[in-house]
Amino acid sequence: MPQSNVQSVPETPNAVDMAGVTFGYDRTRPVLKGIDMIIPRGKVVAIMGGSGCGKTTLLRLIGGQLRAQSGQVLVDGQEVSKLDRDGLFALRRKIGMLFQFGALFTDLSVFENVAFPIREHTTLPDTLIHDLVVMKLHAVGLRGAASLRPAELSGGMARRVALARAVALDPMLVLYDEPFAGLDPISLGVVGQLIRKLNDALGSTSVVVTHDIYESLKIVDYLYFVSDGRIIAQGNPDEVRQSTDPFVRQFVDGEPDGPVPFHYPARPYAEEFTSRVA
Amino acid sequence: MSLSTIAGGLRRIGAGTRQAISRIGFAARFFVAVILHTPAAIRRIQLTLREVYFAGVLSLVVIMVSGLFVGMVLGLQGFDTLNRYGAGDSLGIFVGLSLVRELGPVVAGLLFASRAGSAITAEIGLMKTTEQLSAMEMMAVDPLARIIAPRFWGGVISMPLLAALFSVTGVFGAYLVGVRLIGVDNGTFWGNMQAGIDFWPDVTNGIIKSFVFGIAVSLIAVFEGFDAKPTAEGVSSATTRTVVGGSLAILALDFVLTVFMFRGVGE
Repeated sequence: MPQSNVQSVPETPNAVDMAGVTFGYDRTRPVLKGIDMIIPRGKVVAIMGGSGCGKTTLLRLIGGQLRAQSGQVLVDGQEVSKLDRDGLFALRRKIGMLFQFGALFTDLSVFENVAFPIREHTTLPDTLIHDLVVMKLHAVGLRGAASLRPAELSGGMARRVALARAVALDPMLVLYDEPFAGLDPISLGVVGQLIRKLNDALGSTSVVVTHDIYESLKIVDYLYFVSDGRIIAQGNPDEVRQSTDPFVRQFVDGEPDGPVPFHYPARPYAEEFTSRVA
Repeated sequence: MSLSTIAGGLRRIGAGTRQAISRIGFAARFFVAVILHTPAAIRRIQLTLREVYFAGVLSLVVIMVSGLFVGMVLGLQGFDTLNRYGAGDSLGIFVGLSLVRELGPVVAGLLFASRAGSAITAEIGLMKTTEQLSAMEMMAVDPLARIIAPRFWGGVISMPLLAALFSVTGVFGAYLVGVRLIGVDNGTFWGNMQAGIDFWPDVTNGIIKSFVFGIAVSLIAVFEGFDAKPTAEGVSSATTRTVVGGSLAILALDFVLTVFMFRGVGE
């Protein structure tokens, strides 16, 4: 598998460009160890890996919720860690994010949730905001649910509303944190197709953090595999399907044991019993 | 006791103290940040008014019912005590001063911490747990301006109004018991109250107290919610800390304020 066949566009910066990024929640245990990653404009790129491998941390570094301890995170050509709060907020206006469980505002209706970023960042009249929200909700198939409260939505519907909210301002970059987690197969397919279609319709760029390999292979242009804080494999969907890399194979085939071990590191099994006797 | 046990104990005390000081420092910085975001809360006054509704209007029932019962008890106990010295007619001034100076602000504050403070903490804590605050940040909307400052000022505005209503219903409760039930003269009850309670300093001191309690409880409530661990247990602990911390803060501040306000007493 090639190390990287995603080429940056020379005239405009990549949507995201990460070089040598290291990060840890404390100094002794780095979560990410020298990540190099390019996410070109217009593409849907998946970041895959087992639970706790640092996928969501990568997303938070891109969104500026965390700052890299070393290395560079460039989003739309701007180094995220060097931005002040105003600069970061200005950058975030160009970014949409879908949280794992939607993170819808529970005190607002579906309509008001989608209208929220538009109301906050524009001075558009109510009639225009109404039309924009209706269009976004129509795009995710939930125009009829506009008056419902988040508590009245199923998991899949909540994810779609959150998707409509994430793209409300037609962002340059959309970040998806586990968009498929906990969804039934139908909702999963719907959300997957929406990610692809909205990305192409809006001309934006999508970064999808997930561990759902089957759904990802259907919709993404490129995949990065992260394990133990490092990128250990990458490629387009065809390359991933044909890959002989043990980690990729374990992921694609859903094997319980392999490069990602079934057992959490522990002393030898027999010792548990012998030491008890002693 | 071994040396290592003593050292371990000292280490724990040191760590606890350091953590407590650092938390107070964080709370102080948080308070400054809330104040700095106040113009945003004023500009979008409808957000603050909405919080006045949630913290104030929805607390009306508990405040007024409690005020009524406290006043009725005060009427009974006050009359019993005063009557032993032949001063049963002074019930009006006794009840009025007790409620306006002390019981109104303090008991209303304690009820406010339990009813509205805990609700504010739980709401903000759950917003944090369900990533609503993170979502807001990612939408380039500052939660301090959009969520925290309106809730803080909603609480600060509500508290003196609730304390005033508590005192009013308390006086009414004492009137029901003292005048209607026991038979204290109606004119004496109200006349003594009117003659014995001055707007300055009695009423104003009560208002100042309730305003200070409003700041303390609202700050503790929003801070605990914002600082809550994003788990069910974390939100539960934060809510408990709001009620306990808010109540203790009210009682401690009440003493300090009373010392300053009535320092001439006994001279």
